[in-house]
Amino acid sequence: MTATSATGDALLSYDDVLAAYDPALGLEVHVELNTASKMFCGCPTEFGAEPNTQVCPTCLGLPGAMPVVNGKAVESAIRIGLALNCEIAEWCRFARKNYFYPDMPKNFQTSQYDEPICFEGWMDVEVDGETFRVEIERAHMEEDTGKSLHVGTSGRIHGADYSLVDYNRAGIPLIEIVTKPIRGAGERAPEVAKAYVAQLRDLIVALGVSDARMDQGSIRADVNLSLAPKVSAGSTAEAPLGTRTETKNVNSLRSVERAVRYEMQRHAAILAGGGSILQETRHWHEDTGVTTSGREKSDAEDYRYFPEPDLVPVAPSREWVEELRGTLPENPTQKRARLQAEWGFTDLEMRDTVGAGALSMVEETIAAGASPQAARKWWLAELARRANDAGVELAELGVTPAQVAGVQALVDAGSINDKLARQVFDGLLAGEGTPEEVVEKRGLAIVSDEGALSAAVDNAIAANPDVAQKIRDGKVAAAGALIGAVMKEMRGQADAGRVRELILEKLA
Amino acid sequence: MTAITCNTRVSAAEIAGALARGETSSVEVTRAHLHNIERHDGAVHAYLHVDAEGALAQAAAADERRANGAPASALDGVPIAVKDVLATSGLPTTCGSKILQGWVPPYDATVVARLKRAGLPILGKTNMDEFAMGSSTEHSAYGPTRNPWDLDRIPGGSGGGSAAAVASFQAPLALGTDTGGSIRQPGAVTGTVGMKPTYGGVSRYGLVAMANSLDQVGPVSRTVLDAALLHEVIGGHDPLDSTSIDQPVGKLADAARRGAEGDLSGVRVGVITELSGEGYQAGVLARFQESLDLLVEAGAEVVEVSCPSFVHALAAYYLVMPAEASSNLAKFDAMRYGLRVLPEGVENPSAEEVMRATRDAGFGDEVKRRIILGTYALSSGYYDAFYGQAQKVRTLIGRDFAAAFETADVLVSPTAPTTAFKLGEKLDDPIAMYLNDLATIPANLAGVPGISIPSGLADEDGLPAGFQVLAPALADDRCYRVGAALEAALERKWGGPLLDKAPGLDPSTGSGQVKLDQRNGDAR
Amino acid sequence: MPDTPGAPAESGGRVQITREEVAHLADLARIDLDEAELDHLAPQLSVILESVASIKGVAGDDVPPTSHPVPLTNVFREDVVTPSLTPEQALSGAPESEQQRFAVPRILGDEQ
Repeated sequence: MTATSATGDALLSYDDVLAAYDPALGLEVHVELNTASKMFCGCPTEFGAEPNTQVCPTCLGLPGAMPVVNGKAVESAIRIGLALNCEIAEWCRFARKNYFYPDMPKNFQTSQYDEPICFEGWMDVEVDGETFRVEIERAHMEEDTGKSLHVGTSGRIHGADYSLVDYNRAGIPLIEIVTKPIRGAGERAPEVAKAYVAQLRDLIVALGVSDARMDQGSIRADVNLSLAPKVSAGSTAEAPLGTRTETKNVNSLRSVERAVRYEMQRHAAILAGGGSILQETRHWHEDTGVTTSGREKSDAEDYRYFPEPDLVPVAPSREWVEELRGTLPENPTQKRARLQAEWGFTDLEMRDTVGAGALSMVEETIAAGASPQAARKWWLAELARRANDAGVELAELGVTPAQVAGVQALVDAGSINDKLARQVFDGLLAGEGTPEEVVEKRGLAIVSDEGALSAAVDNAIAANPDVAQKIRDGKVAAAGALIGAVMKEMRGQADAGRVRELILEKLA
Repeated sequence: MTAITCNTRVSAAEIAGALARGETSSVEVTRAHLHNIERHDGAVHAYLHVDAEGALAQAAAADERRANGAPASALDGVPIAVKDVLATSGLPTTCGSKILQGWVPPYDATVVARLKRAGLPILGKTNMDEFAMGSSTEHSAYGPTRNPWDLDRIPGGSGGGSAAAVASFQAPLALGTDTGGSIRQPGAVTGTVGMKPTYGGVSRYGLVAMANSLDQVGPVSRTVLDAALLHEVIGGHDPLDSTSIDQPVGKLADAARRGAEGDLSGVRVGVITELSGEGYQAGVLARFQESLDLLVEAGAEVVEVSCPSFVHALAAYYLVMPAEASSNLAKFDAMRYGLRVLPEGVENPSAEEVMRATRDAGFGDEVKRRIILGTYALSSGYYDAFYGQAQKVRTLIGRDFAAAFETADVLVSPTAPTTAFKLGEKLDDPIAMYLNDLATIPANLAGVPGISIPSGLADEDGLPAGFQVLAPALADDRCYRVGAALEAALERKWGGPLLDKAPGLDPSTGSGQVKLDQRNGDAR
Repeated sequence: MPDTPGAPAESGGRVQITREEVAHLADLARIDLDEAELDHLAPQLSVILESVASIKGVAGDDVPPTSHPVPLTNVFREDVVTPSLTPEQALSGAPESEQQRFAVPRILGDEQ
């Protein structure tokens, strides 16, 4: 079955894709390091500074300026490599990748070519309890580019009258992590892609080497996808990889999954119609959920790489590498097992937590004082639903673990109940301050004034004489109707247990 | 203008001595040189930009330091000219190219910062082949510099401006840069001294790179001791240059003074077989042999050494250098600084079209040749055969040097195969032009230091020739010691500095001055 | 560094660079050469290439390449912030600027 996307791409139904093709994934993830200074100069790296205030002769590419490597960035690169089970090069060089683009000040990117600092690693990725081993080809050091603002009627790059460039981001250290082709994921390819990026992000967070904010571009994923004709069951032979497309700058976990699925369906429709895939870069559009054609790309893209003569080789001593290995956080699988035991989660609860991308948030919420079950409840029930409604990742929703723990603390103290807590989250999302401030501003605290409560109970009894009589007659279960009436009058801000006690006292 | 009382023909060391003794002031010395610039530079065109006001202000500050008994350095107050390839904050830096016309850097090259810290007033920026690409200074977008020995001839290149400024007494000192001989070859053809330090010995931060793995900043002067004094000011580790060697610069002036005493007993001087004979002008070879004999008289032992890979040096150089240059010059794209040219007849041109039009209009022929050659050498499919192979030849050349330095303490050759040729003679014959650097290029490929000192005038044309002394990496002191010994011996033989023989500049007749002044009038 | 998918264009041991090839290289190097320039430069480049082509085969596989003349390694700086330029300094050489940014003509094509 074929459908048509918003932009006119023919899309084969997902089931039909899987019946005929095996997807091969390749992920290139750029991680912006959180060093204080840039990769090759001492300019600061703060996000959101006024334009062109964090630039110097070096990162602006002024004639004569020279780069000097930030040692901390090398250290972070090695730690990322070790955490991904990579080999660490004994000797490697930076290389120039030559191409012209206005947001790249030197018209070459200082990167690494055939001598990456980290190579040949792997990461085990879990999807619905099943483990996929993603092999890492390399992780190398490079620098970021500036940012352009396109001025004109369209506001986009195409059809702009001119552009305005800010080089604050130029020269911020990047680690590019490239997987080998990931095959055999079948129908789960989109989830595997998402889970890989999510787990990589968690790893980066645990290493503390990046802000790891996909929404701010500090982690950016490029998704390579190709389809190969499905091999018959039982055959060990692998069909050769098909022509791939590279979808650039997929900037949320959810989009990674959607972009893979979209490209699978788009490729399949073309292949099924007897067409062939154009090797090109594609752009992902978060709003419409489609990819569009970018630049045609050939394998022989002539970047004229050569060793950067202004930088000397990097030769990390084995002692240094081992010292850095000692600073690694525990690996994700071990960590999960430990946390599950500590929190007393069932397998299902744990799997749901991981699947929702909530592991690190739950962990931080517990660390901030909430009970494991409370933390899980808020993130998986309440906040996951809101994130889903808003079409964003949980981590990008805008509520922090500390805030969630704060809300639960108010519940535990009896200041609010669960229902009021939901209104507190409304306030937090609206940016109304801390949980306490939201409760204060919105007047959400439970009324503990016995007089007001007693009056409300009296009113409810008076308004519902039949119900009151039933309770007097011993049908205690009927109290629920009166509690509801009291809560309504109190606009929810009452402790339902205390209300029940008062009703039973008065009608005893 | 006040009367010029200062003798501008003396060396920088002598000027420094006079300043230290209070016999003259920096303002006076600086003014005298500015006066010479005014008189002669219309004809010579050594300078692209003169900063009289800035130089005099720096000179006044130097005088104040001297008056307070706190000079910033031995050369405090001695004025200097700076090659226009070095970034000078507040002063235009064009690299001899139209594409950088009017660019004023917001920062100083490390060597410039060190000049300022040491108190040397900067007279101005000197002419050069565009982006240092050339051996004649004819590839400057702002017109050629002329050789003070014969104004119809080239002053060498790329640093013809710095050499000519020093040779015509428009500056006692200058900074040059040397990628394949751009300090030494102009020194040879103008009868001045030029030193290319060990790669990494002087910071390249702020030097607009032609070929990063070959470029080196160095002193240009009239005497070996002056070069050593200036080298001590600019040399030494710079954390802003990753290729800078983290070692003290060494006692170079002491080495020069020791050399001038004339005793070279026990010094083994290696004559490089491959850098002599065919292609070398007879008069240049005669002066070379004469110098060699003087070294023997001073006690040196002469040995013949063979460096077989040197025959491939020129080819390796003309692959490595353009490859690096093609990438370095990509930044000149009309987006952030420099020239912006809009293509003709294109409505609302794209950034891409503006880049192409600007680079076509802003770069000269030689720059385009090298960019295209370098782009070719780095292209996939050609990389291994050309750039990769050239990098291997560098290894072989380094090995040849290592082997030669087993049997010799220094290696010597003529600096350039010929004396100064006529303007225009080789302008459109790249290969002929490239052959000028035959003897100087191996040092750049291997990173070793080399100095050129005047060896006399060739019999055929009466023009200066140069004698090159090469030493192992970080043994720059040997260049100064042997160079100063030879300089002393030659000057005894000549009865004074070679520049006294320069026809146009002979103070005893004054005719040269008149000639220069006339040209000055014509040119302006 | 890059692989060698194809050998250089050679005939009889001589390296020739065609006019079309020069045009392609100029395109890669973003230089808008006109016809007259191509006519002028192509033969000159051929001569230069021929003279440097002698280098092929000079050094065997056992010879390591030299990319840096002085064998330094591990030159790093501390991760310490140093003062940046002011925006005025940064933009001082800009052909055009607007909103404290470098104003450049419209950008075609994509980032890499």
